[in-house]
Amino acid sequence: MAQAKTQQAKTQFGYRRHPDQNRPGQGPAEHPVVIVGAGPVGLSLAIDLAQRGQRVVLLDDADRIGEGSRAICFSKRSLEYWDRLGVCDRMVEKGVVWSVGRIFHGESQLYQFNLLPEDGHKRPAFINLQQYYAEAYLADRVQDLPGIDLRWRNQVTALEQRNDSVALTIVTPEGNYYLHAQYVIACDGARSSLRQMVGADFAGQVFEDQFLIADVKMTAEFPTERWFWFDPPFHAGRSALLHRQPDDVWRIDLQLSRDADPLTEKKPENVRPRIARMLGHDKFEFEWISLYKFQCRRMDRFLHGRVIFAGDSAHQVSPFGARGANSGLEDAENLAWKLDRVLRGTSPASLLESYHVERSLAADENIRESTRSTDFMAPNTRQEARLRKAVLSLAKETEFGKRMVNGGRLSVPCSYDSPLLSPDADAWRGGPLPGCSMLDAPVATRAGEQAYLTDAFSQGGTDFTLLSFSNGAAFEAPVGVKDICIGGEDGLADPAGLTAKRYDAEPGSAYLLRPDGYVAARFRHPTRAGVAAALSRAQGLNEQGLN
Amino acid sequence: MPLSTSSNFAQPDDAFRAIVEAHRGFTDEQSADFDAALVLILANHIGDIEVLRDAILLAKRRMIDGQQQQQQQQ
Repeated sequence: MAQAKTQQAKTQFGYRRHPDQNRPGQGPAEHPVVIVGAGPVGLSLAIDLAQRGQRVVLLDDADRIGEGSRAICFSKRSLEYWDRLGVCDRMVEKGVVWSVGRIFHGESQLYQFNLLPEDGHKRPAFINLQQYYAEAYLADRVQDLPGIDLRWRNQVTALEQRNDSVALTIVTPEGNYYLHAQYVIACDGARSSLRQMVGADFAGQVFEDQFLIADVKMTAEFPTERWFWFDPPFHAGRSALLHRQPDDVWRIDLQLSRDADPLTEKKPENVRPRIARMLGHDKFEFEWISLYKFQCRRMDRFLHGRVIFAGDSAHQVSPFGARGANSGLEDAENLAWKLDRVLRGTSPASLLESYHVERSLAADENIRESTRSTDFMAPNTRQEARLRKAVLSLAKETEFGKRMVNGGRLSVPCSYDSPLLSPDADAWRGGPLPGCSMLDAPVATRAGEQAYLTDAFSQGGTDFTLLSFSNGAAFEAPVGVKDICIGGEDGLADPAGLTAKRYDAEPGSAYLLRPDGYVAARFRHPTRAGVAAALSRAQGLNEQGLN
Repeated sequence: MPLSTSSNFAQPDDAFRAIVEAHRGFTDEQSADFDAALVLILANHIGDIEVLRDAILLAKRRMIDGQQQQQQQQ
């Protein structure tokens, strides 16, 4: 990808007429999957499906990548996903890597935290990268994959569910045309029009507090850390956030009063003095100013017949915690392999129900966490404000007080509880439980090259994988399951012993990993029958388990 | 471990007195601030979410009973 690194990413795209629009007398073209919305979630899902050999139509009503940095924090989990999609190196190279956050109260620091305090991981805790770069790199990657047919200025205006397909009406600059799809994936954002078309509710909580986002361009000496203030001297009584992005752009997020007038507050001449007070100078340019209120809400069901919702169209959270785009990407990785199996007929359509089950749990967790953060930042009653004051003052001298200060709990992969998982039958002291995301660790190839477990997992495309720790005799993975062996004559070496440690492994231990990198089952002494049963459950072939 | 409601202090009057005296000289507002901090400190010391939830339930029941008594008196 050396060439791609130096190229400026394309952000403006043209409408092109597609042969599907010229089918007089033939009826609408039929496609297995139509994804609506070419944001980070839709693009990633399209790439994942195409890498699995599916043909994908990706529609977007605009012809350019949206302006404004919007989502800026991408989690380790998202980076590991993008690694599998072949776009991560470019993201990390452009992005700003960080793992440390500091929380201030007034003039003094309350505490600092490190989100990845240990070595031996390929990817950092987070990178900050403007959403438009992420989208542009993903759109570039789409060009490498002939299986994806990306159509700009194609707006879905009507949808009809049939027994075996969904009929879509699409408006283009050259008029309407129609498509039939076996499945439609709605990645069309918080104001999803597909959600309205299926008549689904989007219920939840609206927060009255207003926040001002300003992205400013300046050269500054601040470290690459997330700084969060309660009641700072430059913005008395409210909260503030400072976070670095690439290109000398800094994200500043200021809490405003509930009754502040949005139009007045948004004017650059009113924003400038606030920021100047914060920075202590006014040598900066505005890149983007946006005023917003939080909403925390979700759809009751993410599956509506053959229309499946992913990302902000299905759930919306407050931005403190980086749980918006990251959870959307987790939706995509959860859905892609399941949809691929269903389209191939290797799993029943009921496997898709587990997408709803697992990602609903994640949405609830993200909503819970971000609601708690928001309530802590903007207390609703005098007593809530009093308790917060007590926490902030206790945090100066007690560890428990620091841990209660909530300036945003940053996105980590959710653990699932679902019928696809096989609960532990053996005794474990550590390691990821079934339903948890796999952990990275350093390994070495037989040739002595350093690599990571996540590389071995994604090599040659992700599928069900048996990660086994050698005990001399090789344990054969079932047919169709990839094999990663740690130790033994042919396996990967574990030079620092960290793989065995992180997986609480003993010789003979084995983990069955799903194609999205989640642990499906684990065994101290795997048997052919035991692994086969767990595999069958994880693939939704055990119908009883899903009901 | 459920919430313990048997008497745990050898000298319960000392404990009650210590809390009462801590509030001496405070305005209602200061007392409320003080109580907020004290509750958080004690909750952390207990360190058991189930016990804390039981304690919250018990305290809430007092309030509901109190309201009912007030209504009956009216």
